[in-house]
Amino acid sequence: MTAELFSQYLFAGITYGIIYAIVAIGFNIIYNTTGIINFAQGEFVMLGGMIAISLNTIIPLVPAIALAVVITMIIGALIEIIFIRWLDNPSVLRMIIITIGLSILIREVALHIWGEGVRSLPYFNGNEISSIKILEAQISPQVLWVIGICGIMVTLLSIFFRFTSLGLDMRACSANRLAATLCGINARNMVTFSFMLSAGIGALAGCVMSPITYTQYDCGTGLAIKGFTVAVLGGLGNSMAAVAAGLLLGIIEAFSIGVVPLAFQDAISISILLIILFVRPNGLFGCNETANLKEF
Amino acid sequence: MKRFFTSTMLAIGALCMMLSSVPAQASSDTIKVGAILAVTGGASFLGGPESRTIQMQVDKINAAGGIHGKKIDLIIKDSGANPEKAISFTKQLIEEEHVFAILGPSTSGETMKIKNICEQGKTILISCGAAEVIVNPVAKYVFKTPQKDSFAVKKIYNDMNEKDIRKIAVLAGNTGFGKAGKKQLLTIAPEFGIEVVAAEVYDKKATDLSAVVAKLMANKDIQAVVNWSIVPAQAIVAKNIRQAGWDVPLYQSHGFGNIKYVEAAGAAAEGIIFPAGRLLVADVLPDSNVQKKILLQYKHDYENKFDDTASTFGGHGYDAIMILAKAVEEVGADKEKVRDAIENMKNFIGTGGVFNFSATDHNGLDIDSFAMMTVKDGKFVLY
Repeated sequence: MTAELFSQYLFAGITYGIIYAIVAIGFNIIYNTTGIINFAQGEFVMLGGMIAISLNTIIPLVPAIALAVVITMIIGALIEIIFIRWLDNPSVLRMIIITIGLSILIREVALHIWGEGVRSLPYFNGNEISSIKILEAQISPQVLWVIGICGIMVTLLSIFFRFTSLGLDMRACSANRLAATLCGINARNMVTFSFMLSAGIGALAGCVMSPITYTQYDCGTGLAIKGFTVAVLGGLGNSMAAVAAGLLLGIIEAFSIGVVPLAFQDAISISILLIILFVRPNGLFGCNETANLKEF
Repeated sequence: MKRFFTSTMLAIGALCMMLSSVPAQASSDTIKVGAILAVTGGASFLGGPESRTIQMQVDKINAAGGIHGKKIDLIIKDSGANPEKAISFTKQLIEEEHVFAILGPSTSGETMKIKNICEQGKTILISCGAAEVIVNPVAKYVFKTPQKDSFAVKKIYNDMNEKDIRKIAVLAGNTGFGKAGKKQLLTIAPEFGIEVVAAEVYDKKATDLSAVVAKLMANKDIQAVVNWSIVPAQAIVAKNIRQAGWDVPLYQSHGFGNIKYVEAAGAAAEGIIFPAGRLLVADVLPDSNVQKKILLQYKHDYENKFDDTASTFGGHGYDAIMILAKAVEEVGADKEKVRDAIENMKNFIGTGGVFNFSATDHNGLDIDSFAMMTVKDGKFVLY
């Protein structure tokens, strides 16, 4: 393999990987505060992209993206308040069915609003054919935007969870909800906030990736599957592990093309998911003891 | 007691009248036509324009008083390009609705799944699927309106011969259309002295193909790339090839005939070469072209009614409903007679070309129904 081909695969892999990682982090944030998997996570990514595209027809790109993120966060909060907040100690199965139902609902609403066609935001720099040369590889400048913005998002999130009061409150809720409530943390608000946060980062990811992948009303489903694979691969609830797992999966997928036909790309990620579920159900970076303390 | 008896009799009488009058009305005043189209899902680029077009034409026919006074009762089913759904809708339309004919499905994969069901149910099927296998071998009740994919392949290979391109790479989506196209590309290549040195299939939901483009680019033998799909990935392929700085001639299938793909690919769409029906360039056709009048009429009607640009796919829907309407107009609403009328129809001018059906050709179009086109300044032009 030439150096050129190697770095070309590497960049393709990092691009896929970081997007998967962002979706996986969205899963993890909600999982940590509620113990459920929000299967509508992919739809937040789609909504972010779609809303930004619609807004961009009347306002410039940066405010359009900012507003789209805010609107998606509000939608995330509303979903939690309307469908989840009032449930008194719901079972895991019930929550899963609710979130799957929500994802179908959002998709159908999006189909009615935006139609079946693909849309996309303009490239942040240059256009569809501009490319820059890095490490022998020719890549679109948008790839750097995706890697950069997602990287910053991951860093900010880890600072947020480690050093801010709100972030610590959220972590307390995930560690022990009862104890956190006794300490005066409003656990219900933390759940709402976790929905807003994961909707927000999903929406931002949806905006930066839109020029590369396009946005279509049903593009969330595929992302949710990949994101879920990555979340499980890294260990559910562990956001930093999700980044490592996402990059790992993306790079494996990209390099696999050099060896096996392209048609097997998705088979590889699903096989990895199955193997992990059988061999290390707590993920590559998960710990058995902490996993035993969780209900799901 | 007596009152009870009378009212019961009345009720039974009313019931009998309802039972007898409803089907009688249905068979005498209307012609029930089913349409199974991928209005949503991965092939919505096809099914959307097709369903809007068919609905528009049916409304037009009905507003003009129907065919011989009979209105068309159109039932559109959205299959979402899912063959299982197409199968159950077909059974429902034939067994429960007793439809006169079925238009669609939008995709070749779905059509192949329901071909035999229509054949057994003796129901006319006019498919909007492109693959040649739909009408080869010929099935008695199955017709199709899009041009055969083998003609598209030959058109492309002709162009390559002129440019002395000998070694090519083939990319295809994993849909019925993509698979059938890839097969035709591989089978026909030797006839033209062309060698396919790499062939890759990608998922219909693929969102980034830069890795596979890098792989193909590393193979220095490749002189041209042919991409065969109907999904948005055809715009992504174009972008990824140009972003990689690869200046290779890119050919696409007739599935590229929707200006939205050009918009999606933006600057990367410039110079893509593909075969398509003449609808896309209706404005610039010479006045002597027999299709020009009907192409402009359809384009005008469609674009005025919907906030959408006319595509060749909507045209396939137009041809399907108009061929059926013409046959019914000629011989009346009798399934067997209409089937014979379609099979013997000659010189029907549609959006896809001039149809000349026969017992051995249930498509009726020849290779000249395609013209080679390219993209210039974001518009389709004749190549």
